[in-house]
Amino acid sequence: MDGNAPDFAAASRTALADPQLRGNFRRAMDGLMSKRAAQFADAGEWTGVRALAASVRLRALSKLPELLETLEENCTRNGITVHWAATTAEANAIALDILHRVDAKLVVKGKSMVTEEMHLNAVLEKDGIEVLESDLGEYIVQLDGTMPSHIIMPAIHLNTKQIAHLFKRKIKDAESREDAAYLTDLARRVLRAKFQAADVGMSGVNAAVAETGTLCLIENEGNGRMCTTVPPVHIAFMGLEKVVEKLEDVPPVISLLPRSATGQPITTYVNMISGPRRPGEKDGPREVHLVILDNGRSSIYADPELRDTLRCIRCGACMNHCPVYTKVGGHAYEAPYPGPIGKILVPQIEGLEKRGAMPHACTMCNACVEICPVKIPIVEIMGRLRVEAVKPSGAVKDGGAKASRTEAMVWSGWAAMNASPTAYRVATLAMSKLGNAAPSSLPMLREWTNVRTKPRFAGRTLHDLTRAKGVPDV
Amino acid sequence: MSAIPKPARVYYFGTCLVDLFFPDAGMAGIELLQSQGLTVVFPQGQSCCGQPAYNSGYRADALKVARAQLDLFPGDDPIVVPSGSCAGMMKKHWPDLFHGEPDEAKAVQVAARVWELTQFLVHVLDVRLADKGEPVRVTWHASCHAQREMGVVEEPKTLLRQLANVELVELKREKECCGFGGTFAVRHPEISAAMVGDKVADIEGTGAARVVSGDCGCLLNITGALEAGAKAARGQHIAQFLKERIHGR
Repeated sequence: MDGNAPDFAAASRTALADPQLRGNFRRAMDGLMSKRAAQFADAGEWTGVRALAASVRLRALSKLPELLETLEENCTRNGITVHWAATTAEANAIALDILHRVDAKLVVKGKSMVTEEMHLNAVLEKDGIEVLESDLGEYIVQLDGTMPSHIIMPAIHLNTKQIAHLFKRKIKDAESREDAAYLTDLARRVLRAKFQAADVGMSGVNAAVAETGTLCLIENEGNGRMCTTVPPVHIAFMGLEKVVEKLEDVPPVISLLPRSATGQPITTYVNMISGPRRPGEKDGPREVHLVILDNGRSSIYADPELRDTLRCIRCGACMNHCPVYTKVGGHAYEAPYPGPIGKILVPQIEGLEKRGAMPHACTMCNACVEICPVKIPIVEIMGRLRVEAVKPSGAVKDGGAKASRTEAMVWSGWAAMNASPTAYRVATLAMSKLGNAAPSSLPMLREWTNVRTKPRFAGRTLHDLTRAKGVPDV
Repeated sequence: MSAIPKPARVYYFGTCLVDLFFPDAGMAGIELLQSQGLTVVFPQGQSCCGQPAYNSGYRADALKVARAQLDLFPGDDPIVVPSGSCAGMMKKHWPDLFHGEPDEAKAVQVAARVWELTQFLVHVLDVRLADKGEPVRVTWHASCHAQREMGVVEEPKTLLRQLANVELVELKREKECCGFGGTFAVRHPEISAAMVGDKVADIEGTGAARVVSGDCGCLLNITGALEAGAKAARGQHIAQFLKERIHGR
């Protein structure tokens, strides 16, 4: 593994050794799974709405280039300035340009995963601009100096006690009270003052409507509405896949998203942003900008199988249902997108040299596929990335980075053994007679026997038994 | 799945894990089918469905192994597999694996005839089991691929509930993976250990004397962890459990 590559195995060991963290995730994810299940108790309704949402996303992707052009035209007509960024560096530069032009000192942000992808906060802070996350969970992780551990619930790794302790240390005059209502109120008071003082508000986009040039933003705390309406300038960031064709495509997406994510029927706030303040209007920003980020997405789009990755509406339900994520939490992935969607998206964005291990951090149980509201074949894409890591087609950055002669030889030997009945018979005979003598210290057996007894070869194979009992061969 | 008329003859694909580690369970599956008046054919040339290499990114090696199985099942008779995972590989992934290959049509034809054992017992044979065993409490471990690739959820429980002296107590997190995942268990041994640890705790919570499953990968993992933790519950393949119950031992 190269020096820069995040070490998921090591990070997950650290996470597993933290009983508090494991308990927090287990409880939170169990709760989220049952809330989601309650939302979709009617299997027929689930099948129908899911098919509809998947078809909305598929249709959008099928005409993505055309829809993006239409989106730009209609946004521009609405007075929204559209910027295109091929890389995160370009997106950051666009943001800085705007901030410099308006001489911004303070930025308030609503939740945006794209800005996490861009590491925007670090860029702004380095430039001397104060940036404040206003989503409660994001605010907590920002105070804590960490990163979100879940794309919907960034501070889900912390419990009330831990947050109370953090607020006591970081917020002036905070009382030491493990009371969610008190803590929320405290954060609200801090944030309210910042909303009023901010020069620029930033947000993500849940769906951008091509036919109307509307940016849809759903949220529960009202902070998204504050960020996008109070400061004089609003900058929205979106990945280029977030476009949908028509206004009527929005309801299936914004209904399935919270139902899948948190088990809520709908979010508290649904914002439909269609431009800056118009003459005669009493509120709204003076300028609205939309930054559309590629960052590898057009390469993903170019491959018909990998393209399905871009259907994602970022509900995070795959995380809640992932047996690996629920054990190790989001930080172990050291990536903006953890869990199942992260395991297929991040390696495609950042390349298999750095992220080739991610698609292997999965048992291929398909729990994520079963609940994905837009039917992304996550595990199939995971399998494809495992292939690309050793036998590149050229479709994924740093394909072949994990190719190993030893591993290839092992599989080739395995195939030779299993493709020839004679070789198979000899090999299984040898394993049956000698396999149990293998010491537990052997590689693989060593890992296996840490918490398990050694698998015991039965001595006689089913081939032997069926021959002995006269089970016909043809 | 659409049920088919009861055939006179079926093929049996035993799988490599059953072959090496659980041959008695494999044999029990054959005997269950025979007890319903079927001729069971076990082609001696069989080995593995190819899943280990397929899931590890070595598709050409997987194809070579899968291809070596294709000619073993001539005709139209159903192919019964005592594993949801291997059945899923054959039924769901072989068509993809052989896509564009000269023998694609044959692979698709074979894949379409694959049944997981309990699915076949319930939907095709409509078996009625008479329990001759002592009272026992068991729990059911659903394998991920049986559930999500083969759609086998209720079938094994239907069979267990036919047994008068068997009390079935379901797991709290029946749908959650046990942490086997093929090479995952050795690539990420600590996460796998945490997963099987949660599974073992769930099993213990039911108070069951046995955890019954239809997949040998899960069984190797779960029984290995139960034994290593000196737990009272024991794991068993459903074919062997059913056979023992109807024979009263």
